[in-house]
Amino acid sequence: MRAIRWIKPLWRTLNRPSVHFSLGFLVMGGFIGGIVFWGGFNTALEATNEERFCISCHEMESNVYRELQDTIHWANRSGVRATCPDCHVPHNWTDKIARKMQASKEVWGWLFGTINTKEKFEANRRELAEHEWARFKANNSLECRNCHSVESMDFTRQSKRARDAHAGFLVTGEKTCIDCHKGIAHRLPNMADVEDW
Amino acid sequence: MKKWLILLALPVVTALVWAENIATLRNAPLDENPEPPYIPQVLNEDIKRERAYPMQPPTIPHKIDNYQVDLNNNQCMHCHSRHRTEISQAPMVSVTHYMDREGNFLAEVSPRRYFCNQCHVPQTNAKPLVENNFKDIRQIIQDKRKEQ
Repeated sequence: MRAIRWIKPLWRTLNRPSVHFSLGFLVMGGFIGGIVFWGGFNTALEATNEERFCISCHEMESNVYRELQDTIHWANRSGVRATCPDCHVPHNWTDKIARKMQASKEVWGWLFGTINTKEKFEANRRELAEHEWARFKANNSLECRNCHSVESMDFTRQSKRARDAHAGFLVTGEKTCIDCHKGIAHRLPNMADVEDW
Repeated sequence: MKKWLILLALPVVTALVWAENIATLRNAPLDENPEPPYIPQVLNEDIKRERAYPMQPPTIPHKIDNYQVDLNNNQCMHCHSRHRTEISQAPMVSVTHYMDREGNFLAEVSPRRYFCNQCHVPQTNAKPLVENNFKDIRQIIQDKRKEQ
């Protein structure tokens, strides 16, 4: 009831023509304000998609980021490396926003210290890993494929094992990257009773 | 007196002569820093090898970089365990690996066999320091038969 009493005059104001400001001022003001708002929003969004931002939390810096440094996604012969958002933030805008909304749970976790010790992190490792496996499984390992495309994969330059697996399971669509390549960039949790492992 | 001296010197001289033939990793004087050799590459050809000595555990014919073998996971068993060999077409670990030391069969790979790298190792393209003239027992028997 009280809400309606508050909304009513607001609606009346918005519904009436402006008395003090010209139409041009309002249009231009809205336009410039829109640019500032949208630019600010995008800049803030981009800032939270940087590795620097990810590892500003010690939960990320001292666990998963350190683990990445032992893997081929950190150091390799060609010197290309993957940063956190390359694999963990969708590139597509709508998916990105959806993931960002999910990530607010992570802010909650950070505020209340859900995984702020090594022990707590290890205790939750399986659950955290399962979230990412489910995400990769659902989008057909999209973040892997942003760099590793089947079309550009030269099987003749792979070892026999890799060739057989990729030709037999990847090309046929029977499996997706994450089905076999779990733990490619971080240490694995306890894998007991993980499906297909 | 002279005889004694010769007898005393003999082991020293033989040791010196032998020392000439000892395989060494350092082919440079002590006060020089030789050019370090290239780091050899792990062979990744997936081709099974013959034994290089009796009772040798099969060597790994592929890279095993970053394979996680710990309490949480055994990456080798992702392909080589009994329930994975059909999909991976990798050789199954032998049945002895599923036995405890009393010979009882277990459902999982035995804890004393869990760390694959204790026995099975990959090979590199490094030049061997010494020649291996190991002959398989089959070869020895065949050679003997030929002689007769």
